Amino acid sequence: MERLRRHLAAGSMIVIGLFAIVAFGLGSRTGHGAKAAFGFDYLGKSSIHLPDLTVPAGPAAIGLGALCVTFGVLRLARPALQTWAIAGFLACLVAAFLTWGTAGQSLAFTGLLNATLLAAVPLVLGSLCGLLCERSGIINVAIEGQFLVGACASAYVGSVSGSLWAGLIAGCLAGALLGALLAVFANRYLVGQVVLGVVLNVFAAGLTGFLYERLLQADPNHRNKALTFADIRIPGLASLPVVGPVLFDQNIIFYLAVLLIAAVQIGLFHTRWGLRTRAVGEHPTAAETVGIRVLATRYRNVIMAGLISGLGGVWMTLGSGAPFGKDMAAGQGFIALAALIFGRWSPLGSLSAALLFGFAQGISISLQPLNTPVPTAFLSMTPYLATIFAVAGLVGHVRAPAAEGIPYVKA
Amino acid sequence: MTKGTGGGSLELRGITKRFGSLVANDGIDLEVRPGEIHCLLGENGAGKSTLMNILYGLYEPDEGQLLIDDEPLVVRGPRDAIAAGIGMVHQHFMLIPVFTVLENIMLGEERTRRGGLLDHARARRDVLDISRKYGLEVDPDAVVGGLPVGVQQRVEIVKALIRNARVLILDEPTAVLTPQETEELFTVMRALREAGHSIVFITHKLKEVKAIADRITVIRRGAVVGTADPSDSEAELAALMVGRDVRLTVDKPPAAAGAEPVFEVRNLTVLDESGRAVLDDVSFDIRPGEILGVAGVQGNGQTELAEAILGLRTATGTITLDGARLSGRTPRQVLGGGVGFIPEDRGHDALVESASVAENLVLDLYRDAPFGRHGSIDVKAVQDNAEQRVAEFDIRTTSVHAAVGTLSGGNQQKVVVAREMSRPLRLLVAAQPTRGVDVGAMAFIHERIVAERALGRPILIISTELDEIFALADRIAVMFRGKIVGIVPPETSRERIGLLMAGAHE
Repeated sequence: MERLRRHLAAGSMIVIGLFAIVAFGLGSRTGHGAKAAFGFDYLGKSSIHLPDLTVPAGPAAIGLGALCVTFGVLRLARPALQTWAIAGFLACLVAAFLTWGTAGQSLAFTGLLNATLLAAVPLVLGSLCGLLCERSGIINVAIEGQFLVGACASAYVGSVSGSLWAGLIAGCLAGALLGALLAVFANRYLVGQVVLGVVLNVFAAGLTGFLYERLLQADPNHRNKALTFADIRIPGLASLPVVGPVLFDQNIIFYLAVLLIAAVQIGLFHTRWGLRTRAVGEHPTAAETVGIRVLATRYRNVIMAGLISGLGGVWMTLGSGAPFGKDMAAGQGFIALAALIFGRWSPLGSLSAALLFGFAQGISISLQPLNTPVPTAFLSMTPYLATIFAVAGLVGHVRAPAAEGIPYVKA
Repeated sequence: MTKGTGGGSLELRGITKRFGSLVANDGIDLEVRPGEIHCLLGENGAGKSTLMNILYGLYEPDEGQLLIDDEPLVVRGPRDAIAAGIGMVHQHFMLIPVFTVLENIMLGEERTRRGGLLDHARARRDVLDISRKYGLEVDPDAVVGGLPVGVQQRVEIVKALIRNARVLILDEPTAVLTPQETEELFTVMRALREAGHSIVFITHKLKEVKAIADRITVIRRGAVVGTADPSDSEAELAALMVGRDVRLTVDKPPAAAGAEPVFEVRNLTVLDESGRAVLDDVSFDIRPGEILGVAGVQGNGQTELAEAILGLRTATGTITLDGARLSGRTPRQVLGGGVGFIPEDRGHDALVESASVAENLVLDLYRDAPFGRHGSIDVKAVQDNAEQRVAEFDIRTTSVHAAVGTLSGGNQQKVVVAREMSRPLRLLVAAQPTRGVDVGAMAFIHERIVAERALGRPILIISTELDEIFALADRIAVMFRGKIVGIVPPETSRERIGLLMAGAHE
């Protein structure tokens, strides 16, 4: 069984590698000595200038494709190195694809990096929200809905009050309010949590859609403005080549997200709160017998989590300079959930997963202007495709918190 | 109050707890003196655990009062109980399997450094202090889920002591232990008593009561029926516990020797989901009219053995009964081939609790005559059968139409036994046949099993109760980590079998 799985996985890696050689290396796009150029200056912001990296597209793609095949063979021959083989395979495949897409033109690599990070921000915030809930034993599939109410509230309050901070706070509170609904129905009325989450999503979509048409769009110039937090440039660090402008010249929500990752990672594994949260999510009865209040812990975590996913909603409006739009979360809440599972319920794992999914989105954005033969719609689909493959194929056996989704009823 | 040093005295006055119409505790009085091991003796379902859960704040009593050190105490939750110096080791451990020993012990009582970070170093020091003081050896960094139950129990005790428990409640602590581990536990209990702790030891095992108790309180059907002295005989204790004289031994004629084995198991292996052998190359045989008892600490492959024989689990190896191959067959074929099966978890695997006694008595027979007729069920035949079985097996129920779930544990088990023995058997597999059953029903079930033996059936008994194995078995097979580590005659000493249960090889 295990052997068959290994053979199938390695076999498909080799076949895909061969396909990459033929399609990306030997096609007409990369023929005739076409060159692919990758730029490392981002909007000229970096003070140290790096030259473009220019490679002959055909030979480079063939080489990368051959590397893919090699990693497939490695996967077959050395099962112990499987993780490295898969990672190397994916990296080379993506590089081959990018080389092919860029052939005859130039791609701003730093721009791609930036798009990746910006796309990852709501995913990270969403999966941190899911993490706080699920580690305490409550399944939250309403992240999508929390994004929507957060985005809607922040756009309206920000526009009407004229204060971005008021908008930010309103967005977070809106997310927390939806979280509180989830917590009450799950803890007090013992409603099935997945069904409950789906219902809350539908509710949030309906409510924000209604408000959008009747309230926000009734006077968009005063009630739904395109506002944005200004970028904050961190002196010194922002001048670093490549990573400087991408990591150290962003707006406040970006930095808040980074801080939250660190805070949750440390909090979960090194503080009393984290120990108790994990205990409640694993074995609530045991937690109860050492005097921990199980339901209070769950309420607190779910509501705090709501604040974080609300911030994810704020990112979509005030963080990105966009007015609120109907259904603007566009499934990101669900991808965040996938990032949580793919990241094995740990903050750093979720961050890696969010970056991977963000990269898939970044590619689809960066390649659109390059006129690749791949249809735009297909490119837009790649993040979701990546999600499915990641969750179904690569995750393998992960262990969710043991008491997840089971309502706690005191004896 | 001198926390952590002196022992606590504990008094319960008129504790009453009702669940609906059921009175689980009926005006219970109990007094535990400082520095004594007080045994609470009672059958399964007598209300011992309910009482202790009240004491620990998990249930609220309907009436009555608790006093600790002669001060009235109101316990609204475990937090209050812990603060009052009461510690509890639950029958089902309250440990988090994915946490380390240290994390489990410090949970709820966390030591922290500046900035709110957990102070692992200090917690480790505290744990090792207690561990040294009472001889409770634990590795603070081991993950609890991978530890043997005996060690997990030690962790539970450390957990209570680190919270300065002066009164320690041990709920059926020996149920999961080998005889040697039980001895070790008793040593620890004596050390705790020396240090002035009071211990409430809940059990239904008479031998252990006599070995360790200073004083004994017996409860039956939710009420205190008397106190006893450890020097009283086992028969006296049993009579007090059950309410009438009971026979503790099973009359069993000597085994008929010489016949060829009719039930053979060869190289039976079962893998779990992760590919680990939970049943590892097990071989044995049983002659007609012979009872093979499988002893072992719970979770050493006994469940898998029974399920593999019944065809409930995929297994490699061969099983033959009367020369015909049994392995690779579906459970329905196996049962149809004359195998009677009493599963270890009757509520889960043997009975449909919401269905009536009559329906449960034909759960595996309804398809064929006389109960099944052209795809419909002959209600009259089912009812006649039920009335006959209820009389024959002395099943106490208000009606054959009552839901099985409303019967007592002992009577539920009699329903299972009656069903499995109501058709001609060629093999009986009984796993934990008397778990959670009162002494009266236990004697009855044992008699029925011996009666099957007299009819010349091969019988496989799987039990974690050594007393049961000694009472019934003609040969004893001991299981450890999925293997049979030895097959020994029933005259073998308890100690020897205890060593085998802990993995010592023949």
